[in-house]
Amino acid sequence: MIDLSVRVGGLTLANPVMPASGTFAEGLDKVMDFNRLGAFVTKTITRELRAGNPLPRVVERAGGLINSIGIPSKGVPYFLEHTLPYYAGHKPPLVVSISAPTAEDFGHLASEMTLPGVAAIEANISCPNIEEDGKAFAMRASSTETVVRHLRAATSLPLWVKLTPNTGDLPEVARAAELAGADALVVANTILAMAIDLDTFKPCLGNIMGGLSGPAIKPIVLRQVYQCARTVKIPVIGCGGISTTEDAVEYMLAGASAVQVGTATFVQPAAMTTIIDGLVKFCERKDITRVADLIGAVVNEESDEPELSWLAPPT
Amino acid sequence: MQGQAPIPAVETDSVIAKPWSPSVVGEDALVLSNDSVNLEYRHLVVRCSAVSASAVPGQFFQLLCPHTEGAQPFLRRPMSLYGVNPVRREVEFLYKVAGAGTRGLATLRPGNTIDIMGPLGVGFTLDPKLRHIVAIGRGAGLATLAPLAQAAKANGTKVTAIFSARRPELMVSVDLFKGHGAEVITVTDSESTSGPSNIERLLRGLIAAGRCEAFFTCGSSRLLRVQQRLAREFNIPGQVAMEQQMACGIGLCFCCVRDFNVGGEIVHRRVCWDGPVFDMMEALP
Repeated sequence: MIDLSVRVGGLTLANPVMPASGTFAEGLDKVMDFNRLGAFVTKTITRELRAGNPLPRVVERAGGLINSIGIPSKGVPYFLEHTLPYYAGHKPPLVVSISAPTAEDFGHLASEMTLPGVAAIEANISCPNIEEDGKAFAMRASSTETVVRHLRAATSLPLWVKLTPNTGDLPEVARAAELAGADALVVANTILAMAIDLDTFKPCLGNIMGGLSGPAIKPIVLRQVYQCARTVKIPVIGCGGISTTEDAVEYMLAGASAVQVGTATFVQPAAMTTIIDGLVKFCERKDITRVADLIGAVVNEESDEPELSWLAPPT
Repeated sequence: MQGQAPIPAVETDSVIAKPWSPSVVGEDALVLSNDSVNLEYRHLVVRCSAVSASAVPGQFFQLLCPHTEGAQPFLRRPMSLYGVNPVRREVEFLYKVAGAGTRGLATLRPGNTIDIMGPLGVGFTLDPKLRHIVAIGRGAGLATLAPLAQAAKANGTKVTAIFSARRPELMVSVDLFKGHGAEVITVTDSESTSGPSNIERLLRGLIAAGRCEAFFTCGSSRLLRVQQRLAREFNIPGQVAMEQQMACGIGLCFCCVRDFNVGGEIVHRRVCWDGPVFDMMEALP
């Protein structure tokens, strides 16, 4: 019996697999048993009613897609009336993703979301689609620290902070979030990107730029997870191009305590439960009894010979 | 037990005992045939699971199209249900080779597999009390309307189909509708019969003859507007299957939203999840 449980930022999850915000909704329960997931992560909600960005909102490119959905949100009353009661009928803990235009507003919304039935707050301070040219709090350490301090003061719930891959200062941003009181980091949001139609010479997206996700970005975000996990003591949740069990394992080896699966669900709707099944098989094959033993188990050059022995158990 | 809070037994049981089984599946379906039906359209028939074969008219599937040299489509492609046989566990699609995805589909041979995901979305609602309906479509919309013919026949509802195409040889679904006892009126651009005024004349004739208790339509904004006008004038209900570029196909991503007029208010709805079949009067062409 493999122990799949992991500790992530104040929560114990039954397994390390959960959806990435924005790629999950009630409809997916037609495809998978929701009670098998490590956690639920909602689409980002805002206090404001948001219609989202102009169409087209998605364009596919080699190994991935670029989206500029733009966080359509029906606001807090709709969430309280519909979304929260729906998830309350299931086992996995509910992580609520939130966004707001200012640090103060982030705090207000986090406070409003500190409710029975909400297990953790994921602060989306990194959406490339709602600030001009992809600017977001998580682009700089100083603005990250400010917004996370407001969030920390506003809620006693576990606070996960979703970072952007679009900054050159990611380790500094990660450290700032930790210092300001984050309980875990989600690394990362989408990579700011663009595509142009060769027939019309127009940008393929109504919003001109959008966020790239999917297998194309995996090696980049994996590196960022590795950097962040080495920099901070709080858990890091890996998110970027994970489609298979192998991808999830790779992220955990790089230092992720859990993983979020997003774009893969658009291609294989049962991707998350397939990955959970695959983790069990992987651990059995490698003679690993606890999936948590994979976290940060990447072997660097300085490792001694004996430390490698567990990787290839005698057959 | 004294002093303990009452155990919320009902809630706990409902969480644990809740039986779950999939109503949408992604699966490798077996290609039975994949043949040209005219210059533009091909007809794909696959063997699949009982879940996929429970699809109803107006629903759709997301197909993971085979990669070809020079084209590796990343996302699935939405495809209307063209036909379904739950007993033989078969679903059928009718498609035009138009882009990277459908070029890949055209390479499929009997014995190959194709990854299909479905059934998806909200299909047509066929009230068994209806005695006579009109199905109006154009282009690929004819494929979407096709399974209505059989379903209407099963209800004892008579169908008049008005099918529009650029040229007579590009018409599809005609024999299928006739085979289920429907009357089919074809109009084409090349014969100058497909204009909205001629459609309106045909429809007014059907309405006057008591043969149009409901509209079912797909594939043309122009034809939709004609029907909406007549529906308002004669108080006739209608349903329209809408199209939109999609990514996930199951309501997650909000890529396929369109505007709808609901009681005077313009609202966004997801074509993949709230539709693809909508109340005709709420649709904005």
